Amino acid sequence: MSSAPDHTAATPSGSTPLLEVSGLRKSFGGTEVLTSIDLRVETGKVLALIGPSGSGKTTVLRCLNGLEQPDAGTISFADGPSVTFSEATTRRRRESLRTRSAMVFQGYNLFPHRTVLQNVTEGPIHALGRPKAEAQELAERLLDRVGLAERRDAYPHELSGGQQQRVGIVRALAMTPSLLLFDEPTSALDPELVGDVLRVIKELAEEGWTMVLVTHELSFARDVADEVVFMDGGVVVERGPASQVLGEPTQERTQRFVHRLLNPF
Amino acid sequence: MGEAWQLVLDSFWPLLQGALVGTIPLTLISFALGLIIALVVAMMRLSGSRVLAGLGRAYVSAIRGTPLLVQLFVIFFGLPQLGLTWAAWPSALVAFSLNVGGYAAEIIRAAILSVPAGQWEAGYTVGMSRTQTLRRIILPQAARVSVPPLSNSFISLVKDTSLAAMILVDEAFKVAKEIAAATNEFLIVYMEVAVIYWLICVVLSGVQDRIERRLERHVVRA
Ligand SMILES: Nc1ncnc2c1ncn2[C@@H]1O[C@H](COP(=O)(O)OP(=O)(O)O)[C@@H](O)[C@H]1O
Ligand SMILES: [Mg+2]
Repeated sequence: MSSAPDHTAATPSGSTPLLEVSGLRKSFGGTEVLTSIDLRVETGKVLALIGPSGSGKTTVLRCLNGLEQPDAGTISFADGPSVTFSEATTRRRRESLRTRSAMVFQGYNLFPHRTVLQNVTEGPIHALGRPKAEAQELAERLLDRVGLAERRDAYPHELSGGQQQRVGIVRALAMTPSLLLFDEPTSALDPELVGDVLRVIKELAEEGWTMVLVTHELSFARDVADEVVFMDGGVVVERGPASQVLGEPTQERTQRFVHRLLNPF
Repeated sequence: MGEAWQLVLDSFWPLLQGALVGTIPLTLISFALGLIIALVVAMMRLSGSRVLAGLGRAYVSAIRGTPLLVQLFVIFFGLPQLGLTWAAWPSALVAFSLNVGGYAAEIIRAAILSVPAGQWEAGYTVGMSRTQTLRRIILPQAARVSVPPLSNSFISLVKDTSLAAMILVDEAFKVAKEIAAATNEFLIVYMEVAVIYWLICVVLSGVQDRIERRLERHVVRA
């Protein structure tokens, strides 16, 4: 993609961790939801986060995006902020993380009162302070790439779910983050619309975007992910190359989960 | 019969004048001020600060739990005893603004809470601050939700301003009282002023419908 991150060219792919997370902890009202999570995502790589519902995947992404305040642990970006959390960590510190990543939500969360184009340019113009013309030009180019150029003046409710989610992806890309976060991007979609969205994500992966992808689409994860992390009950149970974790998992919990997703009946 | 019509015609212009110099400006200005108060109080209640939220709640409770006429009398007759002397017009303005503020604060708060949390997060993930997200993403959506209840408050306010006659503010109802007392034609004059209030409210309801239809254009219907 035209706005693909240029750091992929600057650093030999696979050598630098773009994102390092260590000892990440989070409780909600006394219930520990994440227990010491460690993650490492190398520049240009795709990390797939899988696990049963309630295992803490969304909470991990929300912490990475500064939407949630972890109780402890360190989140650090090679090209930006590094925050070690404690009770004393300020909101501002936490929110500094947001400059490096952008989130694609399960339920799209497009702005219903803004057109497709405005949805995409809202952040670049009003948060990043980019000139309007420049932001619109980038937005149009990105919309064109996902096949939505002619829908630029439509409102979100006039689009199908698959189109809305592609706008959600473009909205994240337009922030030119170094890390893309996807939270089950296709699980709210009608089955026949899933393919369009997955195709876009796959193209982005091939273009060198670094991403953390939460998904239940195991065959897709196997296809695009470099590494797969299996979480259960707020801990990382197993991690490794996609083919290994999804193909021949060593942990019993992973085996059961993968088996259940591949053989639902 | 002819005399009655003559009275209606003769009193129409003074009554309308009362509406134009009293009722309508009093309504418009105190509604505008009331909305500002309401937005501030709604934000206090949503701020997460226990002190601010408590102050906001106490204010709303006091306004909603006491009669408007009593509020008006406290401000016009009561506060001067503390050395704070107001003319009638500003007293009425303050009383009505505070009153609208209390009711509209709850409307605005509920409207803000009705916007899904995902909208805040989408604002944050594209880098906007809390204030930016509130202003650009949340409030426009909350406005759409709050127009019908706010319009109702506005229409109530038009009628409530007649209470200002009690502290001798020149508005439509005070004029009506004076004409009625001078002519002893209570039924005709009070009916006439009632019709004038009614007409104002009918026009406002029309405006409300148009605003609602405008705002409905791009609403997601779940
Ligand atoms: N804001 C919250 N308040 C309380 N509990 C929460 C909150 N967010 C998530 N949880 C709990 O944390 C656990 C992990 O949730 P989540 O990260 O959404 O899991 P996943 O995305 O893997 O399904 C769940 O038990 C969920 O109920
Ligand atoms: Mg989830």
